[in-house]
Amino acid sequence: MGPSVNRALYVSAGLSFLLAAGAARADTTLTVATVNNGDMVVMQKLSSQFESQHPDIHLRWVVLEENVLRQRVTTDIATHAGQFDVLTIGNYEVPIWARQGWLEPFENLPAAYDVDDLLGPVREGITYKGKLYGLPFYGESAMTYYRTDLFEKAGLKMPDAPTFAQVREFADKITNKDTQTYGICLRGKPGWGENMAFITPLVDAFGGQWFDASWKPTIDTPQWKSAVSWYVDIMKKDGPPGATSNGFNENLALFASGHCGMWMDATVAAGLLFDPKQSQVSKTTGFASFPTGEFKGGPTWLWSWNLGIPSSSKNVDAAKTFITWATSKDYIKLVAKENGWVAVPPGTRKSTYDNPDYQKAAPFSSFVLKAIESANPNGQTAHPRPYQGAQFVGIPEFQGIGTQVGQTIAGTLTGNTTIEQALKSAQSATERTMRQAGYPKAAEKEASK
Amino acid sequence: MSSASATSVAVPPRSDTSRTPSMMPLLAPAVGVLLIWSIVPLVMTVWFSFKNYNLMDPTVSGWAGIDNYSYLITDPDFWVSLLNTLVLVGSVLVITVVGGTLLAVLFDQNFPGQGVARLLAIAPFFVMPTVAALIWKNLMMHPIYGVLGSVARGLGMTPIDWFADYPMVSVIIIVSWEWLPFALLILLTAVQSLDREQLEAARMDGAGAFAQFFYITLPHLRRAISVVVMIETIFLLTIFAEIFVTTAGGPGNATTNLAFLIYARALLQFDVGGASAGGIVAILLANIVAFFLVRSVARNLEV
Amino acid sequence: MKDSAAKRIFITILGWLVALLLAFPIIWMVMTSFKTETDAISTPPLFVWHPTVASYAEVQERANYFSFALNSILISVGGSLLALAFSVPAAYAMAFHPTPRTRSTLLWMLSTKMLPPVGVLVPIYLLFSSLNILDTRGGLIIVYALMNLPIVVWMLFTFFKEVPREILEAGRMDGAGVWNEMRYLLMPLTLPGIASTGLLSLILCWNEAFWSLNLTSSAAAPLTTFIASFSSPEGLFFAKLSAASTIAVAPILIFGWLSQRQLVRGMTFGAVK
Repeated sequence: MGPSVNRALYVSAGLSFLLAAGAARADTTLTVATVNNGDMVVMQKLSSQFESQHPDIHLRWVVLEENVLRQRVTTDIATHAGQFDVLTIGNYEVPIWARQGWLEPFENLPAAYDVDDLLGPVREGITYKGKLYGLPFYGESAMTYYRTDLFEKAGLKMPDAPTFAQVREFADKITNKDTQTYGICLRGKPGWGENMAFITPLVDAFGGQWFDASWKPTIDTPQWKSAVSWYVDIMKKDGPPGATSNGFNENLALFASGHCGMWMDATVAAGLLFDPKQSQVSKTTGFASFPTGEFKGGPTWLWSWNLGIPSSSKNVDAAKTFITWATSKDYIKLVAKENGWVAVPPGTRKSTYDNPDYQKAAPFSSFVLKAIESANPNGQTAHPRPYQGAQFVGIPEFQGIGTQVGQTIAGTLTGNTTIEQALKSAQSATERTMRQAGYPKAAEKEASK
Repeated sequence: MSSASATSVAVPPRSDTSRTPSMMPLLAPAVGVLLIWSIVPLVMTVWFSFKNYNLMDPTVSGWAGIDNYSYLITDPDFWVSLLNTLVLVGSVLVITVVGGTLLAVLFDQNFPGQGVARLLAIAPFFVMPTVAALIWKNLMMHPIYGVLGSVARGLGMTPIDWFADYPMVSVIIIVSWEWLPFALLILLTAVQSLDREQLEAARMDGAGAFAQFFYITLPHLRRAISVVVMIETIFLLTIFAEIFVTTAGGPGNATTNLAFLIYARALLQFDVGGASAGGIVAILLANIVAFFLVRSVARNLEV
Repeated sequence: MKDSAAKRIFITILGWLVALLLAFPIIWMVMTSFKTETDAISTPPLFVWHPTVASYAEVQERANYFSFALNSILISVGGSLLALAFSVPAAYAMAFHPTPRTRSTLLWMLSTKMLPPVGVLVPIYLLFSSLNILDTRGGLIIVYALMNLPIVVWMLFTFFKEVPREILEAGRMDGAGVWNEMRYLLMPLTLPGIASTGLLSLILCWNEAFWSLNLTSSAAAPLTTFIASFSSPEGLFFAKLSAASTIAVAPILIFGWLSQRQLVRGMTFGAVK
């Protein structure tokens, strides 16, 4: 068998005569893994300027869809294979991975980087034991978008801070299926980062939560039932068809092409909806706070995409040079110069929001700033909880749990299962997973932060 | 093919090699690498399947006994996924074989532009599964922007919300679209090789079109159909990309097949132990299917 | 006469209708790729519009298509050739010198193909990582060769069995050794079969999306990875997705069309007599 393997290697090495091309340079080549979101694509385009400033650093890009990228990067980092030098990761992963010792900390950042300019909650989300384990590329909270023209026509007025009950009323009045105008668009695509990112804060607002203080899942409670009923009712009556395939991107396309009356989602969408190049409703989009429910003051949505360095990287210094460039004030100015201020990556730096040009180009800027600065992802739910995070649960198992429960919820949207059945099966599936993962764990885990 | 057999054969030089050579040196490389390819991961998979091994959580370790298996077997989704796998494979096989046979008979007829029409009809086979799923999801079946939705609205009907209301049917449509041309390709060649005189004679005897098809064409296609069933089964059992792109196994567990279930357990939870147990079950399933396939299909192929 | 003329028209219409229906998603994809993003999602869909290549330009600006395409070509061809190199001797041995175990060996080979790759991703990833062949064309060529080996062996096996035994026996009488027998008798006779087996393997390699996504990052990434970066970005993306899909599919589609007769010949094995 040994010779066969050698032969296989030998033959294939012969066949792939270009195998070694690009490798074995004296300079450093960084492999950058990133998601194919608009802001990252801009970074990739502008990175040629970085390469001309740093002739000894070359960049290779791996740009993938979010789910594929996450799976790819996690496999690599968990097996210490070291394929990547720069990773694009969320504030969900950063603390978990930092705890495993998989990420390089960022220390002694240059004064010009002005680390104190980073927005407080964003910075806090990627800090573990007092050290930063990533630098934020863009950040977001959540808000309500609505169509001012449709509201005017229906004689409605959106309050600054609507409630879920009001949203329900508005949606019923705006929906006009003949013109393909749907009162509300919400995420329905199953996934912990898709529909559950909306359902989780919704449940919190209805007084529910994922786990009680002793890590027992609480999905079969009346609070979950009323929250999910609100969601299913409004989506069935006023939502667009195909809602179970709609994630953030799909809803953005729907709202931008004038099919939605209201949409509650990430603040980052504002920059796209107010950009006439990308949106047909740039003149008629209004905004308000994310709706509230009976339980107020719960955790609020905070997400950031960050650039981090895996500890398996062999080019840590060059990677740091690149990341400090891509998350710097100068980079934001560069994007503004190339694509206009409305297109800069939002939600990371106070200086962006202080800039009068940005304020002029982005009418929503002070609103978003307030939303992010007051975001409190670790706020308390109606009852004490052992976990952190607003639209996710900060434990490694949540990717699997959230996606599985998300599937079950999507099943209620299509009417395949009743809400009661769905919550019961979600509860038992989550119990199984938690039991298998060995929860409740030793106190060390909860106290570690 | 007759032209190939007619080629004159070069006379080989004499050689002193033994008359009854051992076939081992010829077989060994292929069997050897395939053994390594299947045994090494298999052994690792068996090993992991008895361990607590989660990539995301190195604190969990040690032997798990049969926990991973019992978690899998008692998972309500597991049995659903087995059933879904069989439904998917079965439906696509029926659609492609029946459809392929009918299309083969159609494209066997002479009509203007037949060559070009045939090229168009076989085109889907060359499309990457990911691309096929993306096109169908976004450009065809999307209830708002999709072509099918517009056609429905044009006819005054409500567009069908494909992936929500008929998720399994949608996946079956997409997969059948990919494999129908494959069945057509093979069955068409088989139909074309049919003895025309035999058909003519049958017609003289007063056999109708249906009688001709059932008593002459269909039996003639038996082996070609076996080939289609065999190759398609192998690929359909592990269908993944189409489901990943369109429904992600849902809504609920409506389109979760075994391959997708293992994905959900392995790469979403990074539970290598549980995923390995799933992999072992999949191997068992593959061998059961292979066994039945042999009994029913491979007989026709003189394997 | 009248009847057969009517029948001819009916068949022509039916034949073209079926062909256009089957190809429609592809035709529509190509049409969409020449639209602007706003035209691409207009309802009802546009059949007449101002064509633009803006999406292609945008796609090319974001990812260098040619390096992905080159990887696809090298990996598919390499993987197919390697698979053939292993399979021809094996299929020869099985077809002409069968033993009682031949049948079960063949079936075992086929059953390895039915294992979902996700089940063994982590073991393979660890293996590749320790052999240092992640993100290399060579590594992917090996995977593809092994992945297609069972099908290739089986196809060659059935194809070889069609060769009239007398010819081989005549050669053997002349004292041809195994190698010479394969080289001078079998290969020329079965070249069409070998070629079409290779073609099918090429198509399967080109379209494979699991291993290529997971075992490569940039240096060896083929077109399936290219597609994965356009599948669901923020903002409107239908036209860009269509453009990327069109250029990812075009080479293999044209290649498939050109070689379809060759392809069919091998795939029908002895099914056609």
